[in-house]
Amino acid sequence: MAEAGHSQAPVSSLKHHFDDMEQQQAASTLGMWVFLATEVLFFGGALTVYAVYRLVYPAAFSAASNHLDVRIGAVNTVVLIGSSLTMAIAVWSARRNGPRSTRMLVGSLAMTALLGSVFLAIKATEYSAKLAAGLFPGPAFRFPGAHARPAELFYSLYFVLTGLHALHLAIGIGVVAVVAARAARGRYDLEYHGPVEITGLYWHFVDVVWIFLFPLLYLVGRGG
Amino acid sequence: MSAESYLASPRGVRSWLLTTDHKRIAILYLVSVTLFFFLGSAFAVAIRLELLTPAGDAVQADTYGRLFTMHGVVMIFFFLIPAIPTVLGNFLVPMMIGARDLAFPRLNLLSWYVYVLGASISLWAIVHGGVDTGWTFYTPFSTTYSNGAVVTTGIGVFITGFSSILTGLNFIVTIHRMRAPGLGWYRLPLFIWAHYATSLMMVLGTPVIAMTLLLVVAERALGLGIFDPARGGDPILFQHLFWFYSHPAVYIMVLPAMGVISELVTAFAKKNIFGYRFVAWASIAIAVLGFFVWGHHMFVSGQSAYAGMVFSALSFLVAVPSAIKVFNWTATLYRGSVSFRTPMLYAFGFIGLFTIGGLTGLFLSALGLDVHVHDTYFVVAHFHYIMVGGTIMAFLGGLHYWWPKISGSSYPEGWARFSALVIFVGFNLTFFPQFLLGYLGMPRRYHAYPPELQVLNVMSSAGASILGVGYLIPMVYLFWSMRYGARVAANPWGASGLEWTTPSPPPTCNFETTPVVTQDPYTYSSEEAQVVG
Amino acid sequence: MAPAHPSPSIYVAVFMTLVGLTALTVWAASAHLGAWSGVIALSIATTKATLVVLYFMHVRYGERFIAVVAVAGAFWLAILVVFVLADVLTRSWLPILVR
Repeated sequence: MAEAGHSQAPVSSLKHHFDDMEQQQAASTLGMWVFLATEVLFFGGALTVYAVYRLVYPAAFSAASNHLDVRIGAVNTVVLIGSSLTMAIAVWSARRNGPRSTRMLVGSLAMTALLGSVFLAIKATEYSAKLAAGLFPGPAFRFPGAHARPAELFYSLYFVLTGLHALHLAIGIGVVAVVAARAARGRYDLEYHGPVEITGLYWHFVDVVWIFLFPLLYLVGRGG
Repeated sequence: MSAESYLASPRGVRSWLLTTDHKRIAILYLVSVTLFFFLGSAFAVAIRLELLTPAGDAVQADTYGRLFTMHGVVMIFFFLIPAIPTVLGNFLVPMMIGARDLAFPRLNLLSWYVYVLGASISLWAIVHGGVDTGWTFYTPFSTTYSNGAVVTTGIGVFITGFSSILTGLNFIVTIHRMRAPGLGWYRLPLFIWAHYATSLMMVLGTPVIAMTLLLVVAERALGLGIFDPARGGDPILFQHLFWFYSHPAVYIMVLPAMGVISELVTAFAKKNIFGYRFVAWASIAIAVLGFFVWGHHMFVSGQSAYAGMVFSALSFLVAVPSAIKVFNWTATLYRGSVSFRTPMLYAFGFIGLFTIGGLTGLFLSALGLDVHVHDTYFVVAHFHYIMVGGTIMAFLGGLHYWWPKISGSSYPEGWARFSALVIFVGFNLTFFPQFLLGYLGMPRRYHAYPPELQVLNVMSSAGASILGVGYLIPMVYLFWSMRYGARVAANPWGASGLEWTTPSPPPTCNFETTPVVTQDPYTYSSEEAQVVG
Repeated sequence: MAPAHPSPSIYVAVFMTLVGLTALTVWAASAHLGAWSGVIALSIATTKATLVVLYFMHVRYGERFIAVVAVAGAFWLAILVVFVLADVLTRSWLPILVR
């Protein structure tokens, strides 16, 4: 089965409008990068709002940020960086032939999806704690101290940014799961591994977004 | 001919709705953007009817607010932005670069479905009460006070934005990766350069409006505080984010039009384009500069006066690449053998009307003058000269030029010339009086006005009815031609370009064998070709 | 010529560096650095992101145009942020000028 899959893959994987696998691979990599540039500007819209309000309300943003738990944020950062490591190893092993690298590919993809799910699980507990503390913006928003109104702006941005990040991560987990299932059937090898590669690019991008969100949301005004 | 035309096979509705052929997707888009063009026009008819008389009688202020909002939303997001790229661009980009399809054919089909979904949601919002915020969705009116279907419309436009992103992404990758052997960047038709520049803006600008609309929806539907002044938010910030996309969006509408005009002028002057590289790079320059000037929409918003000065100065720069294009088209005509076929009539219309629209744009980018005519009909006239006089003229010109290729049949030249003339006359009668109205101080977005402005308003409404007739005539004869028009050869115009080397209509695979390119894009001036070759 | 892709040992080294930088940014945030703390946090985040982009995402090893696309995304975001801040931060200047 796996043997047949290997010999068939190069023929069936080349779409009719490309001349060769190299052109097809180059197109999909560029396509993903252009999409990621789009994503930068998508998150960038909300980050611009953040930049303005942080400069206009520095004290309120410090006070609001201090209600977040740095330890949760830091642990989640390491979890996500770890998932990027396993993803990078997955892409590395996808480019190799043989059953051993296939096992490694499937294993590291599964690990990536698992770490992504751990991140989401931690995030979910954090969300429920914030909701219980009355920090979700709206009529029920409760914030002790002097900066209640701008703090609501902070928490609006917090939920928008982390919520969209979590959505991206959830989509990533789904895609990684699909790719892992196909990898288990011996679909990818040195000749054809484009889907693994562009899934990796997407996954690392989601990591990069969190690398910025962590200091911007959790580490404001900690030194007083 | 060994292969069947893309129109003939395969057959059946299913084969059309599941097609990944860029040419068929172009046809799907042609049908859908045309529907939305006539929907948007219907709102325009209602607006011009109300403005026949000074009193606000035909509709109330509230209804009028919904009418101009939906006219703007439908025309901009569902017609003007997609029109040329998704119809002519989809059809021609692969053909002009000698490719069998776009880089991501399934993504291309997906983008059409995304468009249909977004447009349908907005349509649903229109049926269920409509929106009254203006197409600009300014906060805090949109987030707090408006009683229209802001959330539904916002979601519809948000979704349609992804259609635009996917199209731009597809074009960029296709132009980078799928060019035929020998087709270097400076051998690309200017239509391709223009679409590349357009795609840059679609990809880099659209996500910002997507996020902005999402934030508006989050504030209105979920009660988050983003732009809400009651919670210390800044409504002007919304305008920044909105115009960061929506100013470049104007160039998303007009740059592909410029690409069309470059093809038309060369083909019907039988001359190579004057200053190819300048025209090509002017497209890129317009795309990049377009991102540095958005603040000129906000001179009277409460934006910092210093930011206003910078945005004003930068806005003047856009005139440079725009003027390069107009001058080079004109120089291309010089000593050319110009034939006044229908597409060329539209090209002439474009050049003249775009010039008027562009020059009045300079008035508006001057900070001091804009303060006086801001939000008057002067602005309305200005951008209609660009969008209707520019984009729609070029869309129709391009549609006529490539119609023999798209449909395989020729249209009745007499009717076509007549309707081009009707459109030109109707357009100017509609919108030139609006410059005067704006200069006299008539504000936009009001359903009533002082009686002394009635003569100009009646002229405008009369022009609109002529314009409407002008748009209907091509609808009829283009449909007619598909069945009864004479069959045409591969290259009826004697034009250069790879798309004319294939049969009309082309086979599904476009080219039997991948073409190898050995010459520059325009080979009309044989003397020059000899010197170069 | 650079190898087509780095080896897992390089990935592990990058991962360790990223974890170290995460610890550093948490520590720097608690130090009393005043106005600089935001700048330092952003600088560390940018360094981390650059490492991910260069090594995990192979920009260091791929063709130059991919790097152009990556930089374009960041540059366009910079246009947006810089011009918006140019407005927000100079809005209060006007009364001084008028006086």
